[in-house]
Amino acid sequence: MSEAPTSQVLRDHSVRLDQIANPQSEIVHFGADEALPLDCGEVLGPYSVAYQTYGTLNADKSNLVLVCHALTGDQHVANIHPVTGKSGWWETMVGPGKPIDTNRFFVMCPNVIGGCMGSTGPSSINPATGRPYGLDFPVITVADMVRAQARLLDHLGIPDVLCVLGGSMGGMQVLEWAATYKDRVFSAVPIACAARHSSQNIAFHEVGRQAVMADSDWCQGRYLDEGKSPRKGLAVARMAAHITYLSDDALHRKFGRNLQDRDKITFGFDADFQVESYLRHQGLSFVDRFDANSYLYITRAMDYFDLAADHGGVLANAFQGTKTRFCLVSFTSDWLFPTEESREIVHALNAVAANVSFVELETDGGHDSFLLHEPELFDTIRGFVNAAARQRGIPEAEGWLP
Amino acid sequence: MVAVNVNVPPHALRPAETSRVDLLLIADMVAPGARVLDIGCGDGTLLRLLAAKRDVDGRGIELSQAGVNSCVAQGLGVIQGDADTDLAYYPDNAFDYVILSQTLQATYSPRQVVEQLLRIGHRAIVSFPNFGHWRVRTQLLFGGKMPRTDNLPDRWYDTPNIHLCTIKDFLGLCRDVGAKVERAVALNAYGSKLGVSMPLFMQNLFGEQAVFLLSR
Repeated sequence: MSEAPTSQVLRDHSVRLDQIANPQSEIVHFGADEALPLDCGEVLGPYSVAYQTYGTLNADKSNLVLVCHALTGDQHVANIHPVTGKSGWWETMVGPGKPIDTNRFFVMCPNVIGGCMGSTGPSSINPATGRPYGLDFPVITVADMVRAQARLLDHLGIPDVLCVLGGSMGGMQVLEWAATYKDRVFSAVPIACAARHSSQNIAFHEVGRQAVMADSDWCQGRYLDEGKSPRKGLAVARMAAHITYLSDDALHRKFGRNLQDRDKITFGFDADFQVESYLRHQGLSFVDRFDANSYLYITRAMDYFDLAADHGGVLANAFQGTKTRFCLVSFTSDWLFPTEESREIVHALNAVAANVSFVELETDGGHDSFLLHEPELFDTIRGFVNAAARQRGIPEAEGWLP
Repeated sequence: MVAVNVNVPPHALRPAETSRVDLLLIADMVAPGARVLDIGCGDGTLLRLLAAKRDVDGRGIELSQAGVNSCVAQGLGVIQGDADTDLAYYPDNAFDYVILSQTLQATYSPRQVVEQLLRIGHRAIVSFPNFGHWRVRTQLLFGGKMPRTDNLPDRWYDTPNIHLCTIKDFLGLCRDVGAKVERAVALNAYGSKLGVSMPLFMQNLFGEQAVFLLSR
């Protein structure tokens, strides 16, 4: 793999490391006396939660739309990303006049705990040792992430959420929110997700983790102490994972068997094919913005997610008595979280006579479709969120501008 | 127990929706503020009408993905599903009314479907095209071909209607599953109600479609 010039790498590296302790986001610090109880039995404290907001909270505090980010996402939903300089990962969805209209709604996205963009994670400083946690960071779960978010809302004095939505691991958080905080969630949109991580998905995650841990620069998780970074391992993990986010059709349409800057194959192991070059680029740009240990912890949290198991083995029990309005969305080309997984959630919600909508959208973009320009997805989200707002008596955005 | 839940404001109703007599008739049978499941809800026409006129807490099931997507984008609570297979997932008495409008004849197992309607709803409203209508009878008798009418326009090989029945047939099914017929109305080709004084054989001859309100 060709690396970027060293000075560039170092600059990116220091910019990224800055975000761990001093994120360009709002941040709430919880003291040791407010430690967060974790599913693993340990407590995390002191800890911090970094978050971005867009729009204005109304006087009733009833217009909060909470966005939950995916495995390798972060809180920078609709602003220029401080590390990559690129626009936010859901700026097509969130903004003035966008499907989630920030003229009407107060949109918030917290960085998950275990992450690396300001919320406490394995690269944060462990107050007990004065060094980065590394593998001393406790193993966290999706429920722990959501518990931290609920505490953030408590701290900000926001009683409940008009709509909580997110894709992939974000969708898992949405389900967890709806199951655990029934009275605080008016509506919920789990997109391209499942109520439990499948065996195949755990398998893919294990490949990624093994790639990271096989990199000698990982240093048993102590790479920050050593001034190193398991770039190669993390890049390989990202390359493998990235394939699972796309689809055979999308890859074929985009790259086919086209060769990269050459007329014929070279009988060597350079990136002959465009698809190889593309994946290498994906891997390398990922390591510039993400922490290897965070990758291990967050993939583990997804592996452990099994909402039915947490409720006596019956998924419907998780939603018993819910008054939340649900809208599930899946994509035909998503083989990582196929439609069947969403349908199972729908059936569980039907079993408790919940108010549920379910839309399967025809795309060829694979799992990542929720991040792409999919007009039908925009229509669905806009229609559902606006209906929820109407139910809750939140006035339309004022003004005539689109 | 009935939650008031207005999915769409009255002004969202399209003009044409107030002219479907069968839908207005169904809306008349639904108590205000009820919890309603509309099976085969299409583009949500009836759900919008019920929300506007009856202030119902409405949900829908629709087979076609395009119909579902359009409903959800309008803010209606609709899932993609099949009357034959997906009703089993609902608990008993989940709804005040379960509506099956012009869909029964397209299901694989009409009997099981009607039983499910009466299990998950306190009441069921079923409307269907009447295959006993005189035009249907005369086409088969004198033309010797499968009938095609304004109400049943498809050819025999491309119709989704695989279990057509007459009003008398449907009454037989109600008897077989132990359903109580609370109201039955037949509509002529112009969409007008046939007079209640007409005997059953006349209703079955001149009714182009029928709407039944059933309970257990």
